[in-house]
Amino acid sequence: MVNNYENYAFSAKFAPIFDNTKVYNNMSKDIRINKGLDINLVGAAEQTTSKAVLSNVYALNLDDFHGITPKMLVKQGAEVKAGEPIFYNKSREDMQFVSPVSGELVEIVRGARRRILTLKILADKSQEYVEHKTLDLANSDADSIREFFLKSGAWPFIKQRPYDIIANPDATPKAIFVSGYTTAPLAAASDYVLQGKEAELQAAITALGKLTPGAVHVSVGKSGNSPLAQLDGVTVHNISGPHPAGLVGTQINKIDPINKGEVAWTIAPQDLIIIGELLLTGKFNAERTVALAGSIVKAPKYYTTKIGAEISTFLYASGVHQDKYRLINGDVLTGSRTHPEGYLGFYNNTVTAIPEGDDYEFFGWNKPVFNKVSTTRALTFSWLQPKKKYDLNTNTNGEHRAFVVTGQYEQVFPLDIFPLQLLKACMVKDLDEMEQLGLYEVAPEDFALTEFICISKQPHQQIIREGLDLLHQEIG
Amino acid sequence: MGLKEKLHTFRVKNQDKKWFPVFSGFHTFLFTPNETTKHGTHVKGADDLKRTMNTVVMSLIPCLIFGMFNTGYQHYLALGEIDAVTGGFFGSGFWTWDNFILGFWKILPLVIVSYAVGLAVEFVFCVIKGHEIEEGYLVTGMLVPLIVPVDLPLWMLAVAVVFGVVIGKEVFGGTGMNILNPALTIRAFLFFAYPTWMSGDKVWVHGAVDSTGTADAISGETVLGYLAQGNTTDLAQKYDLADMFYGFIPGSIGETSTILILLGGLFLIFSKIASWRIMLSAVIGSLVMGLIFNGIVAAEWIPEYSKFYSLMSFEYWQHLLVGGLAFGIVFMATDPVTGAQTNRGKWVYGFLIGFMSVMIRVFNPGYPEGVFLAILLMNVFAPTIDHYVIRGNVKRRLKRLKNATIYPKVTEGAEALKTETV
Repeated sequence: MVNNYENYAFSAKFAPIFDNTKVYNNMSKDIRINKGLDINLVGAAEQTTSKAVLSNVYALNLDDFHGITPKMLVKQGAEVKAGEPIFYNKSREDMQFVSPVSGELVEIVRGARRRILTLKILADKSQEYVEHKTLDLANSDADSIREFFLKSGAWPFIKQRPYDIIANPDATPKAIFVSGYTTAPLAAASDYVLQGKEAELQAAITALGKLTPGAVHVSVGKSGNSPLAQLDGVTVHNISGPHPAGLVGTQINKIDPINKGEVAWTIAPQDLIIIGELLLTGKFNAERTVALAGSIVKAPKYYTTKIGAEISTFLYASGVHQDKYRLINGDVLTGSRTHPEGYLGFYNNTVTAIPEGDDYEFFGWNKPVFNKVSTTRALTFSWLQPKKKYDLNTNTNGEHRAFVVTGQYEQVFPLDIFPLQLLKACMVKDLDEMEQLGLYEVAPEDFALTEFICISKQPHQQIIREGLDLLHQEIG
Repeated sequence: MGLKEKLHTFRVKNQDKKWFPVFSGFHTFLFTPNETTKHGTHVKGADDLKRTMNTVVMSLIPCLIFGMFNTGYQHYLALGEIDAVTGGFFGSGFWTWDNFILGFWKILPLVIVSYAVGLAVEFVFCVIKGHEIEEGYLVTGMLVPLIVPVDLPLWMLAVAVVFGVVIGKEVFGGTGMNILNPALTIRAFLFFAYPTWMSGDKVWVHGAVDSTGTADAISGETVLGYLAQGNTTDLAQKYDLADMFYGFIPGSIGETSTILILLGGLFLIFSKIASWRIMLSAVIGSLVMGLIFNGIVAAEWIPEYSKFYSLMSFEYWQHLLVGGLAFGIVFMATDPVTGAQTNRGKWVYGFLIGFMSVMIRVFNPGYPEGVFLAILLMNVFAPTIDHYVIRGNVKRRLKRLKNATIYPKVTEGAEALKTETV
């Protein structure tokens, strides 16, 4: 993986020269990630898809849009169409967020200081869509595409590094990264959910490609059959190796790491489908294939549903083994906690249900452990069976402590960054150090695996999130 | 209602009490808490700090048991009541009940005092600060009795432990925050406060101090002490290499048996708890320094009457068999809190520990041992070593920055959309 680095640096350096010709398209390159850890869990979604029952109420959870202060465009009780803007970004009026369905905005749930938490829309029986004029992609320039994305509600799907927030439309990214390789535990397999969506994917990629003078880097599993690998206008990378090889942050670090002042955009492949359909038909169709997984689920499999759908609409179709469990919007490493009456997150295509672990364990700290995952061999025996599937629960397996051991994170952290030192820089709010140690390159999800194995049970993702927010606020 | 439920009810009821951390400390020893994840990852790895520390303590147990046998053995051997052991590691005359029971009753009080005093200090600080009891002292408390001479008065040990835990650890903020290895801070305190109890030829064998001046006076020097006196030629008659390797020699309680230290080290490396980089590079460092000294002797740059001659001419690899070098490398240098924290830094840190240990050992005229001073010294320099390793990463990032592709803002017009090299 390191020896390929020079080539990538080279192509990135000269990418602007080849701007419009993109001669390096479809050259595929191999990237092998060695450091990492695959957490094999019981309850992977079977690759069959059912249609979920229609949800009565759909909701947008504002926590999904980190750092966005919403300004409402419609009042409570108003009728909206699918794809109709319901609020915009306070600091940028033209960045609009649209309703996933047509219906009535029945409730604006507010929290402390009247902060908007959730917008609930009671769906109509028959769906009406806002019809946008479709773009002639071949003859559209960056400005018209950007404008189309902003007004149609496609923009929030594009995220940026640094800071892991919704992309700033004023910036021109040096490259756009899409990861089509899934390594997170029990997450929806990109190879599966993207099947048959070639036209949408191609349209989205073509449009996105016009927004950057650099390359659109698409990573696919080396032994997979991702439709992404066949697209035009992309640089394909064949990735192999354990988690976090599938995280876009890992791929950026190996392909073309972000420097201070640079901007790279990332977008999840399932969101390319929505953008692609929008470009081809002019309609914002929030439909998405979601993996329902986890040891609690009786029949883990895939469902087609829409962004914001109530999770119970498909959770109970598969059934649950017990009443007390942890339901997660997303995968077990990066998802957020929810409940059956919660709503599918804006960026999520995985819902996981695992057992709660709120029980004491007699001498849990010194007896041999066979049923939990560990990277050490301190009477922990997961190294004996690397393929074994585990039924992990939410127990912390120990208490929060100061950082003590060293050298452990590095074993599962493939980025060219010192993880412990960067975390400490964030904790003491040392801006210079955060910048120098590479905070611009990472997102909280990149620290999920180090958080998982952390012996001191420190909240790595939260530390990084706070560090990013601070850096964004201070440096901008 | 079972014990689990009873303790849980008690815990919930007394959450706000001042002494709660102490209860919680004991409770979590019995039961891993029922805490579940809140933010971040919903599942967690199996290891916690208790398990990590427990693994180190387990790897120390063989050294402790051997120390008990050796205490009795050295005592009876000095009195002339038994013959020197023959027949390898499991040879007769060593693993006897008499040897064990004498050592057991000598060493158990040291272990109890070390843990009781150290944990009491920890508890007091945790109650004052209101945070959980951290497990750092589990290892320190076991290390301390293993690195002192057997006849050390208990009150001295207690005073040193209080000093070491308070000054060495708590003033910096407790476990994970200290700069110096607490166990070595305790030993350094003992060494400088009560030097007569920590060096010389009277402290390494049980009964030697009490019998001084009587007709039955016994003494026992460490191999290094013997060499520092200028004896070179007849060392082989006193101890052969196997004795040194197996540990049938006088010394601090746990430091003598190189074979058990080696096994403990291999266990720590296998379990991925301690850094093999530090251990390996420290061994290399000590061999290099030993070779340099051997080279100086071979080149005849130093006269035979020099007081350094005997230690300098000591076969380079045998330094690892005598004194506390092996013990220090395996159990002290690898302390993750006070050692270098970067992988590359660990190589430098370990190498310098091995290198300096042998150097101080040879050049220290008063006390022919250097490993604890070398480790304490490198503890102080570990952040500096890490600093330079980390700067390397920062420099790489800055170098990359020269080729950064930064585009102007869109609002500045499409014509301005050219690459800028910063």
